[in-house]
Amino acid sequence: MSSHDRPLSPHLQVYRLALGTVLSGLHRIAGVALSASSLLLVVWLVAAARGPDTYAAATRFLSSVPVQLVLVAALAAFWYHLFAGVRHLAWDAGLGFEKAAARKSGLVIITLAFLASISTLALAWRFLVASP
Amino acid sequence: MSRHATNHWRNQRLTAISLLALGPWFLLKLLSLPDLGYATVSSWIAQPTQALLLLLFAWCALWHSAQGVQVVVEDYVGGRLHRPTARLLQAAHWAAALAVAWAIWAIAIGAA
Repeated sequence: MSSHDRPLSPHLQVYRLALGTVLSGLHRIAGVALSASSLLLVVWLVAAARGPDTYAAATRFLSSVPVQLVLVAALAAFWYHLFAGVRHLAWDAGLGFEKAAARKSGLVIITLAFLASISTLALAWRFLVASP
Repeated sequence: MSRHATNHWRNQRLTAISLLALGPWFLLKLLSLPDLGYATVSSWIAQPTQALLLLLFAWCALWHSAQGVQVVVEDYVGGRLHRPTARLLQAAHWAAALAVAWAIWAIAIGAA
C-alpha cells in the first residue's frame, strides 16, 4: 500500500459520538485555535516594540469587532485547553482512566472552563467596551 | 528516531506544566493593567523580571504550539504534502519565537 492510500486517524466515522470523543476533539480544536491566536500576541508585541504609531495601528486592528470576537473565543479555548490538559496529565500519570471517572472529570473540566471563561471575560470587559 | 519521539512526548508535557503557571499569569497580568495603552504596556514590559517572564511564557507557548501542531499535521496531512506542511509550520513557529524575543528585547532596552 502506498503511503497516499494509508488511512489517516482518527477514523471518526466508525465511532458513535460520545462525551469523551467530543471533549478530545475539542481539546485539539482549542489547541489549534490557540496556535493561530498566538499570531495576535506576536503582532501586538512587535507593534509595541516598533513604537507608539505602530502600536496605535495594532490597537485599532485588535479592537475591531471581528478580532475582539476571536479574542473572546481564544479566551474560552485557553481555559478549556488548560483544564483538559490537566486531565490529560492525570491520565499520563495513570489516574482516572475508569469509565465513570473519565465521564465525571469531563463534566468537571467543562464546568471549570465555563466558570473561568466567564470570570476572565468579566475582567476583560472594560478593555472590550472601552476600545480607544 | 525512537528517542526523538520520547523527547517530543516529554517536552510537550514539560511545556504543558510550565504553561499551567505562565498562561494564567500572562492573562491575569494583562487584565490587571490599568489600560492597554502604549505607555502602560511598554513600561510593564520594560521591567526586567516581567520581560523575562513574558519571554518565558511566549517561548513555552510557541514551543508547545509547534509540538501540538506537529501531531495534528502527522494525523491529518498525509502523502506528498506532509513534509512541506510540517516544515512550513515549524518555520513559522521559529519566526514567531524570534520576532517575540526581538520585540521584548527592543521594548526593554528602548525604555531604559
